[in-house]
Amino acid sequence: MTDTALGTPGAADHGHATSTGISNTKLAMWVYLGSDCLLFGSLISTYLLLRHRSVGGPTPEELFDIPFTSVSTFVLLMSSLTMVLAVSSLMRGDVRLNRIWLGTTAMLGAVFIGGQVYEFTTFYREGLGYTTNIFGSAFYTLTAFHGVHVSVGIVMLMSMLVMSFRGNLGPERSETVETIGLYWHFVDIVWIIIFTVVYLIP
Amino acid sequence: MAIIERSSDILALPPGAGVARAPMGVFSRPRAKTGWRSWVSTVDHKKIGIMYGASSLFFFVIGGIEALAIRAQLAAPGQKLLSAALYNQVFTMHGVTMIFLVVMPMGAAFMNYLMPLQIGARDVAFPRLNALSFWTFIFGGIFLNTSWFLGGGADGGWFAYAPNTGVIFSPSHGMDFYAIGLQITGIASLVGGVNLVVTVLNMRAPGMTMMKLPVFTWMSLVTQVLLIFAVPVISVALFLLTFDRLFGANFFNVQQGADPLLWEHLFWIFGHPEVYILILPAFGIVSEIIPVFSRKPIFGYPFMVFSGIAIGFMGWGVWAHHMFASGLGPISVAAFSVSTMFIAVPTGVKILNWMATLWGGKISFTTPLLFSIGLVAMFTIGGLSGVTHAVAPADTQQTDTYYIVAHFHYVIFGGALFGFLGGFYFWWPKVFGYFLDDKLGKVHFWLTLVGFNLTFGPMHILGLQGMNRRIQTYRDGYGFNFWNFVSTIGAFIIALSVLIFFVNIARSKRGAHLQSAPGPDPWDGRSLEWSVPSPTPEHNFDDDPVVVHFDDWWHRKYQADETGRVVKVHEPEEIAMIGDGSRAHLPAPSYWPIVMATAFPLIGYGLIFNLAISFVGGLVLLGSMVGWALEPSDDEDQLPHGHDGNGHDDGDDDHAAPAAEREEVTVGD
Repeated sequence: MTDTALGTPGAADHGHATSTGISNTKLAMWVYLGSDCLLFGSLISTYLLLRHRSVGGPTPEELFDIPFTSVSTFVLLMSSLTMVLAVSSLMRGDVRLNRIWLGTTAMLGAVFIGGQVYEFTTFYREGLGYTTNIFGSAFYTLTAFHGVHVSVGIVMLMSMLVMSFRGNLGPERSETVETIGLYWHFVDIVWIIIFTVVYLIP
Repeated sequence: MAIIERSSDILALPPGAGVARAPMGVFSRPRAKTGWRSWVSTVDHKKIGIMYGASSLFFFVIGGIEALAIRAQLAAPGQKLLSAALYNQVFTMHGVTMIFLVVMPMGAAFMNYLMPLQIGARDVAFPRLNALSFWTFIFGGIFLNTSWFLGGGADGGWFAYAPNTGVIFSPSHGMDFYAIGLQITGIASLVGGVNLVVTVLNMRAPGMTMMKLPVFTWMSLVTQVLLIFAVPVISVALFLLTFDRLFGANFFNVQQGADPLLWEHLFWIFGHPEVYILILPAFGIVSEIIPVFSRKPIFGYPFMVFSGIAIGFMGWGVWAHHMFASGLGPISVAAFSVSTMFIAVPTGVKILNWMATLWGGKISFTTPLLFSIGLVAMFTIGGLSGVTHAVAPADTQQTDTYYIVAHFHYVIFGGALFGFLGGFYFWWPKVFGYFLDDKLGKVHFWLTLVGFNLTFGPMHILGLQGMNRRIQTYRDGYGFNFWNFVSTIGAFIIALSVLIFFVNIARSKRGAHLQSAPGPDPWDGRSLEWSVPSPTPEHNFDDDPVVVHFDDWWHRKYQADETGRVVKVHEPEEIAMIGDGSRAHLPAPSYWPIVMATAFPLIGYGLIFNLAISFVGGLVLLGSMVGWALEPSDDEDQLPHGHDGNGHDDGDDDHAAPAAEREEVTVGD
């Protein structure tokens, strides 16, 4: 109970069960992700309401490069796979493999962010600034919020990697990686919705 | 590695004294147990609760002064006390202050202090996050109010309808302060919400199942769940408004095709759950007070719980009743009319249960009970006028009149605030170890009740006569003069009652040594907070309580004898905990929450005035995150063996292990 009161992770590992059996940090992550659903829900609704109301172009149809975004979407989805591999390798106690998968996940996320930066600059060159029309404001805001979420995830993965190289990320901490994994998968799922709603549905 | 090294110069910034002698420098944890440092660095949910209460009372005075300015301006027709521009700022800031800086933190004060005690926990799940949410709230509140000195307060009304709050119609920085300030308090609410939800779900004492939780704890849980889901919606709305105002985005730019209803929908999807966020903690408080002073268990406990959950759930489906006059179309209006009438049902269940609890009880009319009965009566009036809003044709007449103002003051002042005031009198001995004077308390209650009804009762009439809300003045000859004057008198009576409340606090505190000590259980209470000494010791419970019954503490004192009569088998003093903290291990204090919280207003000022300040704020935020993560999990004094023996040659490990431990905590924010 005392350890739980401290909020130290691994409280569950030390045999101090929480009332639900789920550790505090993991439950907190679930609760936070519930809240984040509403954040993206509001942003996506805003985008849906505004995207066809622009006075003047450029329009989404003129700008979107579906094959390119499909590739970066695929990259992000693959990062979910490597995230799972990172968790399972650490659970099995394979620290070296865990580092490889953590690094790969962060790198795939960075590739996705790179793709987003490329996309933004291309759209900007083709005439869509943040203030150009209402589609521009809504599009950049929604996708940038998602990009910031991915970037925060990359920072968390990198800190895990730093911890691992300092010898502090053994199998007993696999739940930490799992919790970050929850966040990472959530961000991926949100991207599937954004990709469908923003890019694929005309 | 790199992250950790880069941080150290940033970390040298603010943490202040008390760390120099510690071997781990800035990373070690503060130790102060008394004095201002103990408050600044505390992670104790009780101290944080007290600070929430004190700051909400402080903002209550500010919001009250604004209210008096409004009433003074409206006391007679054609007054020129406040210019129209200033009047807009005063009523906007009155609303913002009272809702976000008074009623919400006052609820947070009770939840922080009581909820861990009621579930039998030593602290909340994340003590440092708890401190962070308090400091973020208080800095957000100060940030909002500094707008008065930096070009004027917000002037678009508390619900800030865009595009009216865009740069064109509201060119001063007031609305920027509003948007960013509420964003900051929103962060505070979200962090607090995650923390308290996890606490209720995860930290319950052995045997404390969900259906044994006291009603107050249940209502806190519902409130925090509502916050978690409501805050991101207003965050998005505020982001859009900020981007429009500061970066020229087009979300509310009608010339670029914007839809003015977007803000209204986003705001009220947050805004209607928000009114339940305001009222449910007070419902919880009276559900604790009424059983104690009726000497009966709460009537229909499961109904109390599930009606609270039902209110929380249905609260998401009624938001458009704030928008009946905006041209939604008949189907939406009909649907939201019906759902609004429906939500009166669980509220009615609660009213009935409180009355049934009082019915046949051995009632003692103490000040807390008077305020609770005041809530039941006044909230019922407010609830009934709310049902008249559900009738769309009537609502179309009432929209933007004083009838609306009357309604929401009856539910928020007559509901939430009455409950909180009763809660102050009820738990004051538990928190501070002395009673508030009951005679002065009764004077306080009756003056509040009379002043309240004189102020807001006439507004029903004024509204139905057609007086607009938010109007700076009115002309003679509309028949508004008399009731406005009565209302102003009422407002000053409320001010007098608040003064008496403060006098009561000061006098009771001064005379505390003359009183007989309240002991652990002065009111013959029912829930676990009465099983610990007053004031509550820092460690709460000597040992984890084991819970068998609902109202477990009462069941320990009273049992049925052979004939089936319920008799007192133990005096509270015999079975209460004695306050021996030797077996307790408490979370160590930390400066990082307050340091991190300073970053938010800095970023805010920077966005408004000069991005360089934002940059500094960003550095403080990053630095404090690293400091937070690297902070050792304990005060060295409290560790069983101390670090001195092992030396700090292996300092790397010493630093890194806590870093690893704390990493997870930061994940949550």
